[in-house]
Amino acid sequence: MVLVFAESPRGQFKKSAFEAVTYGKKVADMMGVACEVLTLGTVQDAAQLGKYGASKVLNIADTAYNDFDSQEQAAAIADVAKSRGATVIILSHSSTGKSISGRVAIRLDAGLVSGANALPTISGGAFTVTKGVFSGKAIAEYAITSPIKVVSLMGNAVKPEVSGQPAHVENITTSAAKGRIRVKSVKTQEGTVPLPEAEIVVSAGRGMKGPENWGIVEDLAKTLNATTACSRPVADSHWRPHHEHVGQTGIAIRPNLYIAIGISGAIQHLAGVNNSKVIVVINKDSEAPFFKAADYGVVGDLFEIVPRLTDAFKKFKANQ
Amino acid sequence: MKLLVCISQTPDTTAKVSFNNDGTDFNAAGVQFIMNPYDEWYALVRACELSEATGGKVTALNVGPATNETVIRKALAIGADDAVRIDADPKSAAYTARQIAEYARSQGYDIIFFGKETIDYNGSEVGAMVAEYLDLPYVSYASKLDLNGSVAMLEREIEGGIETLEVDLPCVISAAKGMAEQRIPNMKGIMTSRSKPLSVVPPVAYDEPVKATKFTLPPAKAGVKLVSPDNMDELVRLLHEEAKII
Ligand SMILES: Cc1cc2nc3c(=O)[nH]c(=O)nc-3n(C[C@H](O)[C@H](O)[C@H](O)COP(=O)(O)OP(=O)(O)OC[C@H]3O[C@@H](n4cnc5c(N)ncnc54)[C@H](O)[C@@H]3O)c2cc1C
Ligand SMILES: Nc1ncnc2c1ncn2[C@@H]1O[C@H](COP(=O)(O)O)[C@@H](O)[C@H]1O
Repeated sequence: MVLVFAESPRGQFKKSAFEAVTYGKKVADMMGVACEVLTLGTVQDAAQLGKYGASKVLNIADTAYNDFDSQEQAAAIADVAKSRGATVIILSHSSTGKSISGRVAIRLDAGLVSGANALPTISGGAFTVTKGVFSGKAIAEYAITSPIKVVSLMGNAVKPEVSGQPAHVENITTSAAKGRIRVKSVKTQEGTVPLPEAEIVVSAGRGMKGPENWGIVEDLAKTLNATTACSRPVADSHWRPHHEHVGQTGIAIRPNLYIAIGISGAIQHLAGVNNSKVIVVINKDSEAPFFKAADYGVVGDLFEIVPRLTDAFKKFKANQ
Repeated sequence: MKLLVCISQTPDTTAKVSFNNDGTDFNAAGVQFIMNPYDEWYALVRACELSEATGGKVTALNVGPATNETVIRKALAIGADDAVRIDADPKSAAYTARQIAEYARSQGYDIIFFGKETIDYNGSEVGAMVAEYLDLPYVSYASKLDLNGSVAMLEREIEGGIETLEVDLPCVISAAKGMAEQRIPNMKGIMTSRSKPLSVVPPVAYDEPVKATKFTLPPAKAGVKLVSPDNMDELVRLLHEEAKII
């Protein structure tokens, strides 16, 4: 059996949970086994996970699981994996998943590949899975040789796919150990899609000259329903908030479309964005290194080009 | 206050990544190695700050061969009091975690620090594994850490936000941007680092359940298609009809 842990921060599933279930279902089909999904705490509409391939949803409704505690969550997941005889466990490579996956692997004496970017190859007894390494500059293939395998899935690596009907939700309990972390508060920005989940990202760098000029970037982002990002010096100079900083030392993202405005394309910046499906670069310097990593480029003054691009997108949308 | 900081050695952020001919191993020829930035800038510096403020001891630990000692000495120059090198050439996070856990188990550390991830193998695995071996709470991607007696007060990066939490010591954390400011070692630090103790410990036997079997470079981009700055409608058309992403 394949067991998927579907994260539900503050009771709600996010795209990463649907991706994990979709992935788990495909792995289960490859192995000819069922895909069951575990949810923890108070969750809204757990049955919907059936649509993405869960044959059954198991929920431990104990409210102790509503808050983050890697120890408690890992113990519950490992407990359920053991009692249900799961041989593959799938998690999201999210902030919470990163705290949990390694713990689950140790509890189950299992090999872990974190941040998988594609489906595994399963043939005979061999189980291999690939992931990006060296900040996206290379791809590594790993063989997991233990009887139980743990894989955490990189965001945006697969598309959520609806393949079935809502599933039966079975409430279960566990005697797994309780955690020791006390969550005091959670602050999230409302209204915008967090960068790691964004499908379109509009990002700008030092070429913007100053924070007062960001209006044109925000207009473009709004037109595209995109999330905004920035280069490191921009965040370091407090032109933009730190959570927008992408790159080697910031957030690594892999959106469908990354639009880079007035960013030179230093190797440390590329390290966080080079897994984007399509990259558009706008820069007045035709020699800017970013053009080497781009799919589409516009050489010219961003202050003229960006508003023009926004208008072109608006026109396109109006005609759709 | 006994603090342990686990430091790894990684290729410099600008290093050209290549592999040997059959793609089984990283080609280190001509590559400059550095301390993993998260371990150095955030974990190590914050541990030193806390120890300086409360009176304590910071130990830097690396699982690696003798060639890593330059990076270990740098940790001592930045402010660690002593260092331990577990003499092995780890090929996986699982192996590294086992070695660190075996060593740390009997040492009674109050906090064990990790970086949020290594910039080469990008796993974010070792910290969680060590925490599990030692049955300790673990907070990953901590961007803030303060102490109130024996309680650690932390902020953690989550998708699109920040979570504030508390945990009683001992605990394990991984450090992200925000926890501290990068520190350049000063002359005194560099001088004293040479005489600070660095002990070498043999590894325990461990059969790892995961092996890297092959490395490849991503397919090269087809090359950039330039669009005239006067024709943004054309760019939108290409994104719609050719790239099919809008
Ligand atoms: C260890 C380490 C880690 C790092 N990590 C990161 C990281 O995570 N993320 C990151 O971003 N950086 C990182 N950096 C910094 C990185 O090396 C670069 O310095 C940085 O990315 C440059 O930012 P930028 O492109 O915004 O600015 P610049 O390099 O100054 O580029 C500005 C660009 O704007 C263009 N421009 C200027 N005016 C206009 C105009 N009117 N119209 C159009 N184009 C214009 C210029 O031609 C230029 O290409 C790191 C560095 C180190 C050493
Ligand atoms: N060889 C090593 N020796 C000591 N600590 C390590 C080693 N490898 C990784 N670490 C620590 O574990 C963290 C996470 O590594 P990783 O799981 O590989 O992303 C790093 O930031 C270091 O703090």
